[in-house]
Amino acid sequence: MTTLVEARDVTLSFGSTPALRGASLSAEAGEILAVMGPSGSGKSTLLHCLAGILTPGSGEVRFDGRRVDTMGEAERSALRRDRFGFVFQFGQLVPELTAEENVALPLLLGGMRRGAAVRQAHPWFERLGLDGLERRRSGELSGGQAQRVALARGLVASPRVLFADEPTGALDSLTGEQVMELLVSAAREEGTTVILVTHEPRVAAYADREVIVRDGRTTSIGVIS
Amino acid sequence: MSVPYALLGLLEREPSHGYDLKRDYDALFGRGRPLSFGQVYATLGRLARAGKVVVGETEAGAGPDRKRYVITETGATEFESWLAEPVEAEPHLQTVLFTKVVLALLLDRDAEAYLDAQRAAHLKRMRELTETKRTGDLVDALLADHGLFHLESDLRWIDLTAARLDALKREVLP
Repeated sequence: MTTLVEARDVTLSFGSTPALRGASLSAEAGEILAVMGPSGSGKSTLLHCLAGILTPGSGEVRFDGRRVDTMGEAERSALRRDRFGFVFQFGQLVPELTAEENVALPLLLGGMRRGAAVRQAHPWFERLGLDGLERRRSGELSGGQAQRVALARGLVASPRVLFADEPTGALDSLTGEQVMELLVSAAREEGTTVILVTHEPRVAAYADREVIVRDGRTTSIGVIS
Repeated sequence: MSVPYALLGLLEREPSHGYDLKRDYDALFGRGRPLSFGQVYATLGRLARAGKVVVGETEAGAGPDRKRYVITETGATEFESWLAEPVEAEPHLQTVLFTKVVLALLLDRDAEAYLDAQRAAHLKRMRELTETKRTGDLVDALLADHGLFHLESDLRWIDLTAARLDALKREVLP
């Protein structure tokens, strides 16, 4: 196993408010890692640092051995587009686009022609039980359907890492479990590493292991001192 | 113990042989803890002596046991009462954990470490149950869900207690 994603002693403050006070974690290639913690603990901020969306105040973030925290914005942007996929709590689909255009979006942004992008997006509809919904807009989808479209969009470009921030947070238990089941199955089949931020133990239980964030610090657990 | 009631419930469905009762019990309830034949026949014997089941004539056929068991009116009534009665809401684990946490605080040990270790153990078990749910049939999933919800509620208590440890320490220390 090789370490694919790594944070070392990452700190970050918003103004005078510290959000991360020395957070460290690593995820192996193909691993599903849950990042848990109470609201406001810093777990989403940590995910944003790992994904190159936020720049840490200090510490290091690495992807596949490369420093992400010292990259220029253009390089980081390319990394997010070509290597990372994202799923957020509220699908955040583009309301003007159809479901298939939403799924194809990362490919279109990567320069693929429209026809080819839509063709590549198509199998995901069957795979995630979304048959027949290709032409619907986000307003015509249920919460669970929209989140599955968002999942397809997150995986369509075969990312090395899928960053999922409370992906079931807006769904009821049963729908949330269906989304998690699809997310985990697809990630395992594709060999995608998943960094899964959640405060729900039932969601975290789909991961291979968990890291707890508390007051901006990651804690190792399961050891009685 | 719910084994006698489970057997009564299976007999309420239809009269059955001991062997079939064991097979059905194991398939539905025995995940990892199948009944022994001895347990099945001892339980059926007690139920028969209490007038809750009657034993039919020995039937001809293969295998050692061809006795058919039939639930009686008394057995059916008792089973219905048991089924309608809510299970005692016993917060067992919290009591044990609570005792450990308070003792750890009293003795100036690392109570948070205990809670962390318990959280890790709970999450490990939740992962196992989630895998069972993903790979098993609907009965497996139902049983796993039952365990998962209980473990989840324990975890909420653990998190809340972890957040209140300082206040708890002030309360229990002289």
